[in-house]
Amino acid sequence: MPNADIVRLDGAEKHSGAANMDIIRLDGAEKHFGAVRALAGVDFHVGSGECVGLVGHNGAGKSTLMHMVAGTLIPESGQIAVRSRVEDNYSVPRAQQLGIRCVFQELSLCPNLSVAENTRINHPALRGLGWRRKAADLITAKLDEIFPDHSISAADIASDLSIGKRQMVEVARAFTVTQDPLELVILDEPTSSLDAHTAGQLLAFVRRFVAGGKSCILISHVLGEVLGNADRIVVMRDGKVVASDAAKAFDRDRLVTTMGGAEAREKIAAEIAIQKPETGPLRVRARPARQQDGNELVAHAGEIIGLAGLAGHGQTDLLLAIFAAAAARAKTGIEVTAPVALVAGDRQSDGIFPQWSIAQNIGIRSLARLRNGLLISPQREAELADFWQKKIGIRTPDMNNNIFSLSGGNQQKVLFARALGSDAKIVLMDDPMRGVDIGTKLEVYDLVREEAGRGRTFLWYTTETEELDNCHHIYVFKNGRIVAKLGRDELTEEKIIQSSFGDAA
Amino acid sequence: MTAAPVETGPKSSSERGALARARLLRGLLPAMSLVLVLLAIAWLNPRAISYFGFSLMLNLAVPIALATIAQMFVIAGNELDLSIGTFVGFVGCVTATWLKDTPLVGVLILLGSIGVYALLGALIHLRNLPSIVVTLGMSFVWQGLAILILPKPGGKAPDWLLSLMAFKPPLVPFPIIAALLIAAVVYFGLMRTSYGVILRGSGGNAAVLERAGWSLLKTKIVLFALAGLFGVLSGMALIGITTSADANIGNGYTLLSIAGVILGGGEFVGGRVSPIGAVIGALTLALAASPLLTFMHIPPDWQVAANGAILIIVLAARVLISRRER
Amino acid sequence: MASLRLLLAKPWIWSFIGALLVWLATITFTGGYGGGGMITAALSLAVFTVIVGVGQMFVITLGPGNVDLSLPANIGLASAVAMKVMDGNDSMIAVGLLAALACGMAIGAANYLLIWALRIPPIIATLSASFIIQSIDISYGRGLQIKPPPGFASFTNWQILGIPVLAILTVLFSIGAAIALQRMIYGRSVLAIGQNIRAAWLAGVNVGRIRFLTYTLSGALGGLDGALLAGYFRGANVDIGNEYLLASIAVVVIGGTSVAGGKANVPGVWGAALFLVLLLTMLNTFGVSAGVRLLLTGLIIVGVITAAGGQTALR
Repeated sequence: MPNADIVRLDGAEKHSGAANMDIIRLDGAEKHFGAVRALAGVDFHVGSGECVGLVGHNGAGKSTLMHMVAGTLIPESGQIAVRSRVEDNYSVPRAQQLGIRCVFQELSLCPNLSVAENTRINHPALRGLGWRRKAADLITAKLDEIFPDHSISAADIASDLSIGKRQMVEVARAFTVTQDPLELVILDEPTSSLDAHTAGQLLAFVRRFVAGGKSCILISHVLGEVLGNADRIVVMRDGKVVASDAAKAFDRDRLVTTMGGAEAREKIAAEIAIQKPETGPLRVRARPARQQDGNELVAHAGEIIGLAGLAGHGQTDLLLAIFAAAAARAKTGIEVTAPVALVAGDRQSDGIFPQWSIAQNIGIRSLARLRNGLLISPQREAELADFWQKKIGIRTPDMNNNIFSLSGGNQQKVLFARALGSDAKIVLMDDPMRGVDIGTKLEVYDLVREEAGRGRTFLWYTTETEELDNCHHIYVFKNGRIVAKLGRDELTEEKIIQSSFGDAA
Repeated sequence: MTAAPVETGPKSSSERGALARARLLRGLLPAMSLVLVLLAIAWLNPRAISYFGFSLMLNLAVPIALATIAQMFVIAGNELDLSIGTFVGFVGCVTATWLKDTPLVGVLILLGSIGVYALLGALIHLRNLPSIVVTLGMSFVWQGLAILILPKPGGKAPDWLLSLMAFKPPLVPFPIIAALLIAAVVYFGLMRTSYGVILRGSGGNAAVLERAGWSLLKTKIVLFALAGLFGVLSGMALIGITTSADANIGNGYTLLSIAGVILGGGEFVGGRVSPIGAVIGALTLALAASPLLTFMHIPPDWQVAANGAILIIVLAARVLISRRER
Repeated sequence: MASLRLLLAKPWIWSFIGALLVWLATITFTGGYGGGGMITAALSLAVFTVIVGVGQMFVITLGPGNVDLSLPANIGLASAVAMKVMDGNDSMIAVGLLAALACGMAIGAANYLLIWALRIPPIIATLSASFIIQSIDISYGRGLQIKPPPGFASFTNWQILGIPVLAILTVLFSIGAAIALQRMIYGRSVLAIGQNIRAAWLAGVNVGRIRFLTYTLSGALGGLDGALLAGYFRGANVDIGNEYLLASIAVVVIGGTSVAGGKANVPGVWGAALFLVLLLTMLNTFGVSAGVRLLLTGLIIVGVITAAGGQTALR
């Protein structure tokens, strides 16, 4: 046990007087999933009027810990106390009664229900005559308060909303109050599908909420959000809390080092800058369906092309159109000259085959090459899997384990291995780093640059501006069109924001 | 970046308008198919469009609509009931024998059978069983029981039931009033009440409901019990019309009820069902099944084919309209 | 011991255990009399369920909502086509079999055409198609009284040492199907589509072609089954396939294939088919009435599926 790593600075506690008490306190919480130890005796607490930032790599145990706070998971040992009272039969309804809410990372709306009806699900008190009116008013008022220009109607069916709006509804729903009190809200990656503007609105609201004496746990991979909004930051690693300190005591570098992250990102920028590719043969020429002017996306061999702009402005659509054009070999006005593979961002719905092992999940894109005569060779499949396990660092004892034995970040690595292990010369990436920890990210960035150096072409849609540092060219999207093309040297955050919001057609 | 409203502006509002229009049209599709079938009938035989004509043509619509609603409750919870047809037959046999001769025993048997449905819901949930297989097995059970009760066709419906089904209200034929009533009651119960939301939510995203503290066991039991209840009503209504029973009388209802739910705009998974659509779908099927074919002078050999063809045509029309929306 | 535990963990073992228990119960009842003959008869009859069961298995594995409801109508029409083409003539057996296969394949292709062109759930598409096929059969096969060619009839009843040759051939075919499922691109693709059709498309699986092939395969097996049934039962019949709708679905699921898709099991189809056939034989031996027989069959299906447990939940 590397106990030497543990940095605990109790100076982080707020000393705002005797009235300050813990909303929730977990002592020695432990949890295993099969052979995997998800939590190894964690102590964790949140004071009232406090916003606690929780950071750590995927698989560090953050989600497990939060499930315990929310009552969806029961610790195997250790105890939970709410307002200094030990809860022996802690559960979801109990947490609800005590005013503890959670916005989970997985989108948790019923897609077939309206926004108001989804609100009702979390409020048993919304019943009897006129409940629909009450539910609609409740959620609309909260949406207005948090996201003043949200343009969501309470009658909208959840599945008709964009992913960002669904996240807005979920967040707003967590802050609605009926009969039960509201004391603590857990926000697990609340901004992962929001653009900068709405994310800002949300974080501003969280600060108001905390200033009003309520508490909040903020989990985010965007370290700036945590540094800028939390009062105290708790860092987790390998199922343990390794640091807990006032937010002011941290800066970006210290956070990254404490999390066990790799080197800082300046290195990337430097590397990519020296790695100016010669222009190879044309790989993709595509024009978005809504494009009216002559702008088009052009990619050559060895290039990493970024697709930027606000979330949901046609980047994914163009990637899918390119993918479909390659699959159908039809003349659709999109030119694709080499095999294509896609790395999905939404793992559960677009990427993972839940019944299969890790090795089978990797092999599916390369079945034709794994054949020996007519039959797929298990040996070759295992070789492919082992090669990529080493190359991309998939953390598992056995590649024949089910894919869900992996943490989220490692599942994402499997999707990368599937694409990079195939014969594809063009790799489309649909915001694949959504909710992935920084360690995994840095490893994958290296790999992408290495593969590009070998002549592969990458089309990379990302919502995180930092990732665009890896790209040679960037196309900025707005309303389904390309509105700007930027070279690496012209790339600044302001420039992208300017293009994304500007009226340029 | 001065307070640029994000994701609003012309794009998203027009998009939402389009989605709302698409949903509206999707909702109207079942009604449009019904109107289409009615127009065809009116064109082929104008005299059929009358009080008497509708009473006759929609004769069997009420039991079909009730069975379709039963199936809809099961589908709302992402399950499928392959036993509803033989269950309707079983209820018919009970209605024509026990319910007439010893009403108390008959009522108890029927209540008990609803209880069996509720138990099936519990079993399917607790053991995580595929409903298709469980109900497939149950279809043998109901049929076996029906044959044991009524080895050969016979029995007689209770008099009160006969007079209820033969009721002739002024102006509007009874089947239409009954269909409207069924649609209204179920619509209110499933789509407008606060617990109806939970029932539909269990089909939409069960994990979310569980996390919010709702019992999935209870939702499944309630959905199956409702299916049982409407199955009982369907069987009784059927016997009220045919006056006597036969162990195989309901066998066709399994497939009819599934087709009715789908024609009515329901989907197999995701809790997307529509009570009004289901009733309309059932009416369309009831009309298309025989009256339309008789008017079209289709030889008996090809009546089944025409049935299939109508189903295909209606669905094709639906696709054409939906596709334009996309 | 470990290998026994491994064996018990296989989802298909339960159907074989069930079949064995039913057989033991029956020969206990008869005092050991007719045990061998019962197995021969069960094998002969199970063959017909297995052939369509394997087709249905591939279809069901494509994922929720995928099921071929047109099999009974398909079997009925193909039996008539085979008998008409063979026309009682031994030299036409091969042609007749090919005609039945072609008829089944055409039906399967038509099914997929409906699913693809109308984008309707396969349950409804195959249901609508079955109505039409049924009418064609009624009209085409009206008053058809053609006996199968003597060579064909004796082929379907041919036994070696009490083992029906047809059963041996079907076992070989099942082995082929199992290999196709686990070790060929086709089978892997079917499994991938069944787990997540969108992910399968994005992983480069040719979803349309695989679905087309699967429905065509199911249709072809239905056609073949129709011809064989007509040979075994000495003549075609509109209703000859009726019991195979429920039977084909039941053997697939009792055999351990997931109705949620993406997980299939060929040996289980055999075990379940034997189980069902032996169950009926047992109830007949006990001399129970039709009502009780149905009741018990149903209760046992429910009981077996409850005892075997559901699929382990995903995630």
